[in-house]
Amino acid sequence: MTAATTDSPALIAPERGAATAAAYDRRNKLFNRVCFGVLIAFALLWLIPILWAIDTALKPNSETTKAPVTWFIDHPTLDSFRSVLAQGDIWKWYLSSFITSAAVAAGAVVTASMAAYALSRLRFRASRWVFPFILAGIMIPPQVLIVPLFREFDTLHLLNTYWAVILPQIPVAIAVFIFKQFFDGLPRELEEAARVDGASAARIYRTIVMPLSRPAVAAVTIFTFIWSWNNLLWPLLVLTNPNLMTIQVGLATVQGSYGIRYADIMASAVLGGLPLVLVFLLFQRNIVEGIAGTGLKG
Amino acid sequence: MTNPTITGAGTVRAPATGAPAEQRVRHEDRTAWGFLAPFLVLYLLFVIGPTVYAFILSLFNGSLVRPGLGSWAGLGNYAEALSSPDFWSSLWHTIYFTILTTPPLVALAFVLALLADRVAHGRWFFRFAFFVPYVLPSAVMALIWIWIYTPAIGLAESWLGAIGITSPNWLGDPNWAMISIAISTVWWTLGFNFVLYLAGLQDIPRELYEAASIDGAGPWQQIRRITIPMLGRTTTLVAVLQVIASLKIFDQIYIMTSGGPNFSTIPALEYIYDQSFTNMRIGYGSAVSMLLFVVILAVSFVWLGTVRRQERGV
Repeated sequence: MTAATTDSPALIAPERGAATAAAYDRRNKLFNRVCFGVLIAFALLWLIPILWAIDTALKPNSETTKAPVTWFIDHPTLDSFRSVLAQGDIWKWYLSSFITSAAVAAGAVVTASMAAYALSRLRFRASRWVFPFILAGIMIPPQVLIVPLFREFDTLHLLNTYWAVILPQIPVAIAVFIFKQFFDGLPRELEEAARVDGASAARIYRTIVMPLSRPAVAAVTIFTFIWSWNNLLWPLLVLTNPNLMTIQVGLATVQGSYGIRYADIMASAVLGGLPLVLVFLLFQRNIVEGIAGTGLKG
Repeated sequence: MTNPTITGAGTVRAPATGAPAEQRVRHEDRTAWGFLAPFLVLYLLFVIGPTVYAFILSLFNGSLVRPGLGSWAGLGNYAEALSSPDFWSSLWHTIYFTILTTPPLVALAFVLALLADRVAHGRWFFRFAFFVPYVLPSAVMALIWIWIYTPAIGLAESWLGAIGITSPNWLGDPNWAMISIAISTVWWTLGFNFVLYLAGLQDIPRELYEAASIDGAGPWQQIRRITIPMLGRTTTLVAVLQVIASLKIFDQIYIMTSGGPNFSTIPALEYIYDQSFTNMRIGYGSAVSMLLFVVILAVSFVWLGTVRRQERGV
């Protein structure tokens, strides 16, 4: 009824004739083509540092310091990769990074989803202040807590152990937020049916809610894994034993020992970056949907 | 009266009888705390506890190598920090870095996402190109950029030379070091904001554009009248996350310049690190931590206020 009285654009457009529509269409197409060109230029620019690192790593060390800088490689070689891998440190770093990051991701998913389930589904006294209390944690940057945390782990005699790296990274307030948002959006009918059948909260959480929440689980797993893998300051403080160093700490502390062997440095950088690039390629979809679909978008 | 459906739903859910319902609530109470316990214990031990502990430490003259709090200092550590030129310059470096990185990281991410949103094919390629640096560890990113910025044999100098510009001594010049770090950081983290914007763009109903284009609005008008207003909340979020992340700058600087040349790039976190772990003054380091914390909190609250206003406006 109201649609008939207002000036609906759909009703006016045909009167303007096909000629103007075609003109707009052409303008749109041209605009799109310009957009595409600019975008391609930026995308290539963005890939250059990575390509340059790979290019350098494939040169012999002596070629990297020659004066006119060139992408061309006289004698392409995998020697730098071989020497970095043969030297052995990087394998230990991979292992440390993997153990700590996987433990952080698993710990964060389990603890945050359990807390979020209670906040989303269970009625309990004090439920009104628990969520804000956890949300406040989003505003506490862990980096400003290095001194008390270091003291804490020193007292517990856990310095130079994986525990010191893993434990403080598990309570991620934003993960609780992501899970709660997701749970709040899930239909409750299935759970209510299970509840009527006498299923306990733990059972509903395990067999109904979590299997339905794969996108949220994927997002939290991938993000906490990446954040933990890329954490530098805290592992740098607590891991001084070379056998326990993560990729980040290892690369940051040994870079000086390479001197001007730029090809070797770039080979170790490429190898250091490779695992997460693979993770990204495998889970590209989850990562993007994780940012888009779980409330992180704001 | 005004909204019968909501009151209706409320009454349907109300329990029929008193006694079993109360029992169930009490039962849920225990279950709920069971579910909350693992997270809350870790949260108290490693987030809330240390925050309180940092504040307590900041009131004493503690040393890293001696157990205990040390002698009472009151607000002495704060007074010392606030009158220390080193503290202020580290805070300024942090803010300078934030000013250098935030505008390009927000604006460029927005423009590139806007462009990518109009592209029908190959969107995965752009997502890959912009996002892949974000997943690199900071040490990897730093090593690559140290190499690019290397004088005489680095890529940056050679490219600028090719178009006839004399390259600055990127990381070696106190006036350029922070700018160089900012450029590499924009390259490194742009992808996250890009993906956030792309997600925001996909949430805008296509019908809005269709209606506008039938109405004769060109692409530029559509962007100004539809896209930018619809992305208001995304922009707020991107900007807050960006400012907060920039205030916590440490990694790149630690690896690329270690605060040099001539102490021109020491950020607040590195100042805390140096005072606490090199000079062993954990009381003083904690006081500086609390001051940085206050700055970050202030930024968060200013932006929270903005978000609330935006939500009321919508």
